Amino acid sequence: MIIKTTKDIPASEITDPLVFNKRRQIIKAMLAATLTGAGISPVLANNNEAIWADVPKSDFSVDALTPTPAELIKNYTNYYEFSFNKKDATVLAQNITTDPWSIEISGEVEKPGSYYLEDILRQQTLQESIYRFRCVEAWSMVVPWVGFSLGSLLKTVKPLSTARFVKFTATYQPEIMPKQHNHAMLEWPYVESLRIDEAMHPLTILAVGMYGDILPKQNGAPLRLVVPWKYGFKSIKAIVKIELLKRPPITTWNKFAPHEYGFYSNVNPAVAHPRWSQNSERQLGSGFFTPRRQTELFNGYGEQVASLYSGMDLRHFF
Amino acid sequence: MVLRFNRLRSLTIVACLIPLLWILIDIAFNNLGSNPIQALHIRLGDWSLRFLWLTLAVTPIQTMTKWRGMANYRQLLGLYAFFYATLHVLTYLLVDHALIWRIIGIDIIESTYIWFGVLAYIIVFLLALSSPKWAKKRMGKTWKKLHRFIYIAAVAAIIHYYWQLKGNLAEPLFYLIIVVLLLGFRLAVWFKNYQFNKMMIPTGQRVLSVQAKQVVMPESIRARQAILQKSRLKRKP
Repeated sequence: MIIKTTKDIPASEITDPLVFNKRRQIIKAMLAATLTGAGISPVLANNNEAIWADVPKSDFSVDALTPTPAELIKNYTNYYEFSFNKKDATVLAQNITTDPWSIEISGEVEKPGSYYLEDILRQQTLQESIYRFRCVEAWSMVVPWVGFSLGSLLKTVKPLSTARFVKFTATYQPEIMPKQHNHAMLEWPYVESLRIDEAMHPLTILAVGMYGDILPKQNGAPLRLVVPWKYGFKSIKAIVKIELLKRPPITTWNKFAPHEYGFYSNVNPAVAHPRWSQNSERQLGSGFFTPRRQTELFNGYGEQVASLYSGMDLRHFF
Repeated sequence: MVLRFNRLRSLTIVACLIPLLWILIDIAFNNLGSNPIQALHIRLGDWSLRFLWLTLAVTPIQTMTKWRGMANYRQLLGLYAFFYATLHVLTYLLVDHALIWRIIGIDIIESTYIWFGVLAYIIVFLLALSSPKWAKKRMGKTWKKLHRFIYIAAVAAIIHYYWQLKGNLAEPLFYLIIVVLLLGFRLAVWFKNYQFNKMMIPTGQRVLSVQAKQVVMPESIRARQAILQKSRLKRKP
């Protein structure tokens, strides 16, 4: 197989997107600094969170949803490669190097290749998608993701008609990921998969940011999947490989406990996990003595995605 | 001596409240993380488990160290296990579910791990209810039988704990080791006593002792046996 790279400009000549996106702020800051004689940093710090602040809203972004405060999202994430404990995972995830980052796209496609993330970002339209996020652990949040449509990326590599499943593989770096190093619990690297129609669905995005800024490392930087109608573990973090396949691959959690974590893992209050109910969820940011939220079928995205599963017994295909 | 003993007891009573104080401080300073309700719920449950293990540890420690002073603390520690378990249950019902009974009902029916928690709590509740001295006196032998249910509570509590984990079992293994050690100790003691009894008690005497226990025995025979036993005791140097 020929691994082509679409990268046409040497890396050294490309402006760091962080600097590029902040160019106006930097110039303003420099101007301000020369005018007032003050340091640059306070001005920059004030605008630190704004690199993708102006991206348009996606059609599926629900404005009625109030995003969960960023601090809560940043400090409550499962990242089993680093630790089974959310607090430690957040600290250890800072060790990951996200730049440069390339993604291999292969399998049943016309144009397989290895693509630099910055090249992909130049081709794709970034949008803000405010989505609900429901974890299989029965908690939920609302995240203002910044990302692009997975379907639109897949179209650029021209999937063959034989492509029926999309397999995602996360980064394998045992030297910085203790649980990979110890071969602990799950089989590494982390693998997830979607049916091709699920992958092409406009709700499915690849996120590179949240709250208008670059994705925090613990939340899956530099590139993660977001499938808002499925339990959170389907939304794989730090993706390095996307393969289009004829047959469904074995996914990580499904392999670990097949009767507990199904391939589909669609949010469904009527289908309990074998050991706990999925009927309600605790929303992050809600106060003491506030009732739990009643979980919705397909996490409230039934109108958009229910047709993907028409005629299927959701109890069987959980 | 009495004064010192009481002081130690008061100190223990206060010390056992430190975990609660610590949790309250964390609530006050917003130190419970992104999901404070779950953190509160889990921490109270953890302390209930720890006090249950401490309660179960009293007897083995007494046996091994031959120090009898701890018997009074077993009740105290057990009551604290009940205390933290009650706060754990109240957190679930009030803080997390705001007493929405429909959702609570579905949650309990669908969550198998909660069944074990409910079983453990019912047992600990009954043990706490029957823990005062007058209750012990009134219940007689039933009391001891009832309080043996603490072993079932311990096993149910550990299943309750394990069953809610997503799958990672390395860290909480510690709790399991402790409960196995504590229950194993009792099994070993029971087995040893069983063997010992079988060896040491002559068959004839055992029959006699069984007869002595029977209430239906005519007064005359009982009196004669009492005299016999007395004379036997006298004969011993």
